[in-house]
Amino acid sequence: MEFFVAQILTGLANASSLFLVACGLSLIFGVTRIVNFAHGSLYMIGAYTGYSLMQVLPGAVGFWGAIVVAGLVVGLVGLLIEILVLRPVYRAPELFQLVATFGVILVIQDLALMIWGPEDLLGPRAPGLRGVVRIMGEPIPKYDIALLIITPFVAVALWYLITKTRLGVLVRAATQDREMVGALGVNQSWLFTGVFALGSALAGLGGALQLPKGGADLLMDFNILAPVFVVVVIGGMGSLPGAYLAAIIISVLNVFGVSYLPQSTLVLMFVVMIVVLMIRPYGLFGREEVAGEHGQVGEPERPIKPASNTVRMVVAAGLLVLALLPLYGSHFSLVLITDVLIFCLFAASLHFLLGTGGLVSFGHAAYYGGGAYVAALLVTHVDSQMELAFLLAPFGAGLAALSIGWVCLRLTGVYFAMLTLAFAQLIWSLVFQWGDFTGGDDGLVNIWPAQWLKDTTVYFYFTLVIATSGILILRHVAHSPFGYALRAARDSERQAEATGIDTRKVRLLAFGFAGFMGGLAGALFVFSKGSVFPNELEIARSFDALIVVFLGGVKTLAGGVVGAGFFKGIEELLIRFEYWRLLMGLLIIFVVIAAPDGVVGSLRKGMERVGLRRVEDQ
Amino acid sequence: MKRKTFLKSLLGVGILATLPLAKVAHAEDPIIIGEINHYKRLAAFAEPYKKGIELRLKEVNAAGGVLGRPLEFVFRDDQGKPGEAVKIAEELMTSEGAVMLTGTILSNVGLAISSYAGEKGYVYLASEPLADALVWSAGNPYTFRLRASTHMQASMLAEAAAKTDAVKYATIAPNYAYGKDAVAAFKAALTKLRPDVEFVTEQWPALFKIDAGAEVQALERAKPDAIYNVTFGPDLAKFVREGTDRGLFDGRNVYGLLSGEPEYIDPLGDEAPEGWTVTGYPWYDLETGAEGEFVTAYQAEYSDHPRIGSLVGYMTVQSIVAALERAGSTETEAIRAAFEDLQVATPMGDITYRSIDNQSTAGAYVGTTTVSDGRGMMVDWVYKDGADYLPSDEEVRALRPAE
Repeated sequence: MEFFVAQILTGLANASSLFLVACGLSLIFGVTRIVNFAHGSLYMIGAYTGYSLMQVLPGAVGFWGAIVVAGLVVGLVGLLIEILVLRPVYRAPELFQLVATFGVILVIQDLALMIWGPEDLLGPRAPGLRGVVRIMGEPIPKYDIALLIITPFVAVALWYLITKTRLGVLVRAATQDREMVGALGVNQSWLFTGVFALGSALAGLGGALQLPKGGADLLMDFNILAPVFVVVVIGGMGSLPGAYLAAIIISVLNVFGVSYLPQSTLVLMFVVMIVVLMIRPYGLFGREEVAGEHGQVGEPERPIKPASNTVRMVVAAGLLVLALLPLYGSHFSLVLITDVLIFCLFAASLHFLLGTGGLVSFGHAAYYGGGAYVAALLVTHVDSQMELAFLLAPFGAGLAALSIGWVCLRLTGVYFAMLTLAFAQLIWSLVFQWGDFTGGDDGLVNIWPAQWLKDTTVYFYFTLVIATSGILILRHVAHSPFGYALRAARDSERQAEATGIDTRKVRLLAFGFAGFMGGLAGALFVFSKGSVFPNELEIARSFDALIVVFLGGVKTLAGGVVGAGFFKGIEELLIRFEYWRLLMGLLIIFVVIAAPDGVVGSLRKGMERVGLRRVEDQ
Repeated sequence: MKRKTFLKSLLGVGILATLPLAKVAHAEDPIIIGEINHYKRLAAFAEPYKKGIELRLKEVNAAGGVLGRPLEFVFRDDQGKPGEAVKIAEELMTSEGAVMLTGTILSNVGLAISSYAGEKGYVYLASEPLADALVWSAGNPYTFRLRASTHMQASMLAEAAAKTDAVKYATIAPNYAYGKDAVAAFKAALTKLRPDVEFVTEQWPALFKIDAGAEVQALERAKPDAIYNVTFGPDLAKFVREGTDRGLFDGRNVYGLLSGEPEYIDPLGDEAPEGWTVTGYPWYDLETGAEGEFVTAYQAEYSDHPRIGSLVGYMTVQSIVAALERAGSTETEAIRAAFEDLQVATPMGDITYRSIDNQSTAGAYVGTTTVSDGRGMMVDWVYKDGADYLPSDEEVRALRPAE
């Protein structure tokens, strides 16, 4: 009994920071519909700023003052981010802002490294709160008790702000219907800025408050991200009481998990999220997304049409240039282009899902890495021929995609995206944990191609043929009747159903097909590197693809491939600089602002404007 | 039209890639070594390592270089991603004109490079990764490893643990391969010495995501006599703070793998744990002989004290120089052959790269932690030679299936 009480108290204390960060994120999403991936970075800045302030401000007043000031400073940072980065892109396609926030993450990572250096900083103790109090004989750190008191206080203050003040009324109104709030004469842009700053300040507060229980380090931005998103999704996006309850559920369950299932620490929260979303598809306190509420922002998508003869000629010529690369390029250029081609195929498969299918998957790496692992496992465990392993890999990935898609397609929008992410995490942790079979994070090594493919030049041609065919097939399918049905389901589910299209089946098949193609890219990858590790299944890998697809242009057929080629190439150049993440982040932000239709979409528009290209859909 | 832009960008990448065409080596050109590391991802570890390399490079080149040519390292960042590291390895060897590869801290990245090096026939000196697999189950003739491995360091701590009366042990380790290897090695070594010991609980926090309060409660609940700790970095700081507050370490023996290394113990400041038996690097006590000279030279160069990584970086260059001189050429096969049974005089003493498994006999410092002058230090430490903590030759042969 004593032990249970002590554990619950520990869980509640842990919930404190998590709740502060999560409610900020939830608030921002509720009002602005921005999925703010930079929220972890704001939390990190809060921790670092709090640490620096505590070094100069003396005593207990200085300590608590530093936490409050850190919150204010981060609020200010949030204000700047909103005005400089996000305001210009509110009219861009759905979720495009997510890419901008990803650029912000990269910039903040390098800035934090420049300002605070690489060493982990151990957080200062709260003055007067060192040591423990005994509750029923169990030691509980005094600072935990302080957190237990502070969190409900902040939660009540927020509740008051949201339910009892004019600002709160506006925030709630905007969460329900943004356009109506605008139509009633409320200045939306300042409302958005204010809410973003408030959410940021809460993240900063969370970062500074956890200092006495940990410290500040450069990995904390990504480390907090997954739990915070899980909390927000379980609670229901936009719901503060939901975030509070979910933070407590996750933290307390985690404490019990540590005691009774020590190996569960990697997956527990994702399992909880999947279970909750199965029972309540919009989280505990979330509301169903009203159709059209935040559907397609910006101009409607243009109809696609087959490439003209000129384009086909150019493509053929371009492929010829690539095919002749071994004659004029260096040995390493072959390795590099092989990598780029594989990434292009991976991005194209995601683009098919995103662009043609309108299904935003946050976990596409599951199929890319999945394909790589299927091949590697076959080679390692049954000593399979390389050719056979290569052929079976996409089928394995496709099968995984079909089964995951079957579950996830019950949901839509952001919840769908988060569920795909949760499943990708499940697969990742399975591979990571099951060391005897998958090699754990030491991966599977010595996965080399068959004798006839060993040569770098031959493998380059092999990749060129497979990747190009894959991309062409993806494009062809978009033009096929199946592609039409898929686009119909995307643009208007009800009308598509009325014309007799089984939208669920069509989407499921598309999901499986995209997974199949992702798996093909993964198979190409594993035999080019000779090894595979769980990081090919990570969230970060999914986001690599997601970002280039958005930057290339979701609403254009070539967006995925162009984005992949373009940004992979630039990364290869930038990575040679010390602060390349800063440059890459700034570049991403620049592209997001300058080319809200993506690289391809904006180029097309630009050419139409200067008359180089006919306006096609008039 | 969209396709045209696609092709243009692909073509652009292609042209860019051809720019750094392979350089042809002349006698006066520097000998280039390719160094791959996680300079951003693990900056706190990689920076001191790089400084150690640069210090030794400066000394070597001031003394006339190697084989009459200057020695040069090309440092590249792999972001901690194995796939990226493999690509960089290829670029270094074919475009940058490197004669061999070295680097990495993370074991999985080391394994990826090792596998690639074995396939392509490049010599790779794995300087810092600790995974046993690197020289054993996944070993190959082209991969050599400098540092004392997980098995060796865990065996040193197990030896110390076996001398106490403790029978009930608890372990806490990050939930990934290094943590699992470290626990398995400690359990095996300790059980061999003391068959009566019992492991009452194993805790596996996710790497860098420890829930320290809960872990401490779970360990306390098992009422162990002794605790074996493998957590490090921010996890260690949180674990130590919660554990000290809640009295977990009172009256218990604690063994900490690598916990005494400056990279791990320095950030803890005056809250460093006291009385733990750890492997580490007591640079503050090293004043005489080769070990002392290195510390003095490092402090003079950087006005900062060396970390264990600094020493490893320094020894990496020493090993490579010794191998090149013994090989008398920069041909891969000659370098590979030279590494076998290569003897190198280092600040840690003389080490040998065993031809049986390509593991060096570099050892580790084992001591007890204490806090003085506001920081954690090791006292009563001894240097343990790595050669004494490696399995017998028959066992090693069985561990290397490839040969």
